[in-house]
Amino acid sequence: MHGNGHKEDIRIGFYVCHCGHNIAGSLDVKSVAEYVKTLPGVAVSRDYKYMCSDPGQELVQKDIRQNKLNRIVVASCSPLLHEHTFRIAVEKGGLNPFYFQMVNIRENVSWVHTDKKAATEKAKDLARAAVQRVFSHKPLEPKHVKINPDVLVVGGGISGIHAALTLANAGKKVYLVEKSPTIGGHMAMFDKTFPTLDCAACILTPKMSQVKNHSNITLWSYSEVTKVDGYVGNYKITVKRKPRYINEELCVGCMDCIEKCVYKEGKTPDEFNAGLSKRKPIYIPFPQATPQVVLIDREACIEFKSGHCKKTCVEACDRNAIDFKQQEETKEIEAGTIILATGFKTFDADKVPYYGYGKYQNVYTSLEVERLVNASGPTSGEVILRNGKTPKMIGIIHCVGSRDKRTNRWCSRTCCMYSLKLAHLLKEHTDAEVYNFYIDMRTPGKAYEEFYDKLLEENVHFIRGRVAEVTDCAVRPEEEGKLIIRAEDTMIGIVRRVPVDMVVLAVGMEPKEDAQDVRRMFNISCSTEGFFLERHPKLAPVDTFTDGIYIAGACQGPKDIPDSVAQAGAAAAQALSLIDRGEIELEPNTAFVVQEECSGCRTCLTICPYNAISRDEEKQKAFINEALCKGCGTCVAACPSGAIKQNLFEDEMIYSEINGLLKLTSTECC
Amino acid sequence: MPDKPKVAFYWCASCGGCEESVVDLAENILAVVDAVDIVMWPVAMDFKKKDVEAMPDGSILVSLINGAVRTSEQEEMVKLLRKKSKLVIAYGSCAHTGGVPGLANQFEREEVLKFVYEDSPSTVNPQKTRPEIKVITEEGTVTLPKFFNVVRALDQVIDVDYYLPGCPPTPKLLKQALEALLSGKMPEKGTVLAPDIALCDECPRKDTKPSDLKYTEFKRPHAVQIDPNLCFLAQGIICMGPATRAGCEGVCISGNMPCTGCFGPTSRVKDQGAKILSALASQVEAKEEKEIDKILATIPDPVGTFYRYALPVSLLRKRIK
Repeated sequence: MHGNGHKEDIRIGFYVCHCGHNIAGSLDVKSVAEYVKTLPGVAVSRDYKYMCSDPGQELVQKDIRQNKLNRIVVASCSPLLHEHTFRIAVEKGGLNPFYFQMVNIRENVSWVHTDKKAATEKAKDLARAAVQRVFSHKPLEPKHVKINPDVLVVGGGISGIHAALTLANAGKKVYLVEKSPTIGGHMAMFDKTFPTLDCAACILTPKMSQVKNHSNITLWSYSEVTKVDGYVGNYKITVKRKPRYINEELCVGCMDCIEKCVYKEGKTPDEFNAGLSKRKPIYIPFPQATPQVVLIDREACIEFKSGHCKKTCVEACDRNAIDFKQQEETKEIEAGTIILATGFKTFDADKVPYYGYGKYQNVYTSLEVERLVNASGPTSGEVILRNGKTPKMIGIIHCVGSRDKRTNRWCSRTCCMYSLKLAHLLKEHTDAEVYNFYIDMRTPGKAYEEFYDKLLEENVHFIRGRVAEVTDCAVRPEEEGKLIIRAEDTMIGIVRRVPVDMVVLAVGMEPKEDAQDVRRMFNISCSTEGFFLERHPKLAPVDTFTDGIYIAGACQGPKDIPDSVAQAGAAAAQALSLIDRGEIELEPNTAFVVQEECSGCRTCLTICPYNAISRDEEKQKAFINEALCKGCGTCVAACPSGAIKQNLFEDEMIYSEINGLLKLTSTECC
Repeated sequence: MPDKPKVAFYWCASCGGCEESVVDLAENILAVVDAVDIVMWPVAMDFKKKDVEAMPDGSILVSLINGAVRTSEQEEMVKLLRKKSKLVIAYGSCAHTGGVPGLANQFEREEVLKFVYEDSPSTVNPQKTRPEIKVITEEGTVTLPKFFNVVRALDQVIDVDYYLPGCPPTPKLLKQALEALLSGKMPEKGTVLAPDIALCDECPRKDTKPSDLKYTEFKRPHAVQIDPNLCFLAQGIICMGPATRAGCEGVCISGNMPCTGCFGPTSRVKDQGAKILSALASQVEAKEEKEIDKILATIPDPVGTFYRYALPVSLLRKRIK
C-alpha cells in the first residue's frame, strides 16, 4: 500500500565493516558491498576495516558531502555498541542523525555462523532489509527535559544514609523517607562489624545525627511513599506520614514519658531487640534513635484501647508534645531523581523446622545474637540464654536459608563473615567452645580471609558439612539436656553429633516482603529471586531500567556494609551526574497519537507500562506524554485503528524491512 | 443521450444486498437516472456482454462493481469493465475487502466442492457428480466458469480507483460519492470514500466505554440481554467498532447489535482482524497462559468474528497449510 510514494531522490550510502577479522573472517564483506551496490537507491557501497574508527566515520561524512547521500546504512556490530557513534558521524556529515540504520552482522551473523557462504547470503538479506527501510526514515529531533535537582532517598539504613549525606554534602536537597520510627536500619542493630570489629553504633550514629542536622536533608521517619507519578527529572511523590501521637517539633527525646507510663514493665516484644525484650506502649526504639522522638503504639496503649488511661505520660511531658488526636499526614514532594535503598529482610527460620527454631528455646537467629552480645541489648551484653544459663558449648549453623534448593538458592554473601564475627564475640563473652558448621567458607573481601585466619587461631572449631538437624533427643549421656547438632563432617567422612547449649542460625538475606509492591510503584523490575533488578549486572549496577531511579544496598541483592556504602555512593554519583547535566536528551523513538485519526476508543489508556497515556476529555482523544514514553510499542500494537505511531518504528519502515528480508520490493507483500 | 456520463453496475460473488442499496437511494435514484446513462446493470436491465465489448475503451465514466472475485467469468467481466471505464469503484465489502464470501479462503477449493456436492446434509448426489468446466454433448459443448482456489477482493484482480465500503454501503455514502463523481471533485486515487477514523468516533455509546476495561470472558450477542445504552465491549460482547472505519453512523449499534466490521479497517491498518485481536488481547485480564486460553475459548469462531469481511486482504489472505 505504501512505500513508493517518495518524491525525494533517495541516495543511500552503504558501508560494511570488517571489524578486523570479527566480521571479515566469517563472511565475504566485499561481495556484500558489491551486491548492495546493485540495489535501488544505493549511490555508494563500500567495505572498510573499522567503520567505528575516526577514518571510518570520516569516510561516511566525506561521502555524504561529495556524493550527496541522504540515507546511511552501516552493517557492523550491535546498535547498542555503536549506533550512537554512527548517528553522530551522520550528523557531522550534515544529515539528520535519524536518516541512519544499523545492521548487526557481527552478533547476528559472523559470530553465530560457520558456513561462510550462507553467512554472506544472510548478511546480504539483512543489508537489503535495512536499505529498503531507510527509504521511509524521517528526520527527528530529540526532546530535552529539565532535571529537578532535588532527590528522594527511600530507606534510612546505611545505604540510604550514605547516599543522602553524599548528595546533601554536594548541596542537593534530599528527602529521606524511612518506614520505621528511626533511621539506622539493620546496621543499628548490629554489635560489632567485621572484619575490623569496630562497634556498629560508634560508626553509624554520628552519620545518623548528621542526617538529622543537615540543612539539606528533610528526614521523614515513620513514613511511606504511597504514589509515584511523573518521569525522569520530574517525579511527583506522595508520602504518607504515619501518626506517632507525638509532636515531633516539641519532643526532645528526654524519655520522661516512657518512665512515667502506667505500664511499669513493657509488654510488647521490642522490635529493635529482635523480640528478646519487651517495650512499653510509649517508646523510643533505642537510645540513639534518629529522630530522637518517642512514639505511641496504638495497639498497646490503654488510652487508645479504652480511652480511660490516667495518661501519666501527658503529665510527665513538660513540653506538651503528646497528642492523642494526631492524624496521618499526606505530603506531596517533587524530585528529579530517586534512590531506592529499601534493604532486605532476614530469612524466616520458622521455614526450616529441622533446625528447631521456635521449638527449642536456645536456638537463636544471628540477628538475635547481635542484640544478645550488645552492651545496650536486652541483657546488657551478657550472653544469658532463654533458660537463664550461660552457654558452654555453642554451634553456629551457616547457610540457613541460603544455598539451598529447598529455601533460597543464592549465597547471602555476608553470613560466613558475620558467623566468624559472632563466633569471636561469643567466645569473648562466654569463653565457650564454638563450633561453626559451614558448607564452604566464603571470605572474599579486604582483610576478610585474614579475619578467618585469626578465628582459626582463636580455637574456634570448624566442621565442614551441612547440618541435617538440631534435636534434643539424647542418645549418649553427655547429650542429656543439650541440643544436639547432627551433621556430616565431610572432611573426615563421618556423621557427627555435637551437643551444645546454644544454636545460632546464620540466616540469609531475602528481598523485603513488600519488594514487589515497591517495584511496581516505582516502575522498576525485580530479578527472579525478588531483589531489585539493576540495568546491567556489571556495567550499570545501580541504574534501573527507569531513568532517574537508582538502587543501592541490599535491596539489589545480599551485600555487606562496605559494598552497600560503595553502592550508595555510586547511586548518589549517578544521580548527581544527571542533576548537574541539568537536562537530558530523550531518545526520539517515542509513540504519538495522530489526533485526527484517534477515535477515542480508550484501548490504549491502561495498557501503558509507564503511565504515559492520558485522555483529553474535551477532545475525547488519547494523548501520550513523550517524556514518559519509553518507546516499548505496546500501545502502537494495541491501537485498533492505527492512530498511534512510533518514531523510528512506523509500520511502513517495518513492512519495508520485512519485505526486504523476503526479497520482495517495498510494495509487493501488501 | 450521448452527452450523459455513462455508468455501469456489475456484481460478482455477492449476495445482492449491494444492488438493493442502490435502490435504497429512494427518490434520489431518479436524480441519478436523470443525470447518467446506465450502460450495464445485470440485476435490473438487460444488457449483453457484447454490448459492452462494442464500446470504446474508457468510454464509461465509472463502473461500480460489487462482490468478490471467485470465478473466471467474474474475472473476465471485471477486466472488461476496467478496460471500458475511466474509473472503477469497488462497491461494498466483498469488492472492497473480500467480504463474507472471502471466509471461504479458510478452505481449499476441493474442500469447498466436496462439501457442497457431496457432504452437505441437504445434498443428495450418490454418483458424486461435480460440475465440469466443459462438457461435450450431442447438442453441443456446454461450458461453466472456472471456480478458483481463492476468493479475491476486486483490487487483487484489477486496478481500482475508489472504494465504497459497507455491507452494503449506506445510501448517504453512495449519494455523496455520485455527487462528487458528477461534479468531478474526487479525492486522491485509492481513497476509501468514508471517514478515515474508527467507528467509536461516531458511536452513540462512545461515552459509556470505561477506561479500565478488562476482559474476563466474551459473550455472544444472542446469549445475553444487551443493555441498549452501554458500550458493547463493556458488556463483554465483541464489537469491531474500534478497528472498523466509521461512516455508517452506527446503524448496527442503533439496532442494538455490535459492529461486525463491514467497513473494513482504517487506511493505516493492513490487517483488521490482527488489529482488533491485538487490541482485545492487550486488555484481557488474565496473565497466565491457561487463564488466557479460557477467556479466548469464549470466542467460538475467531476467524468469522475478526475477519468476517476482510480475510482475502489480510496478511495471510487464506489458510496456510
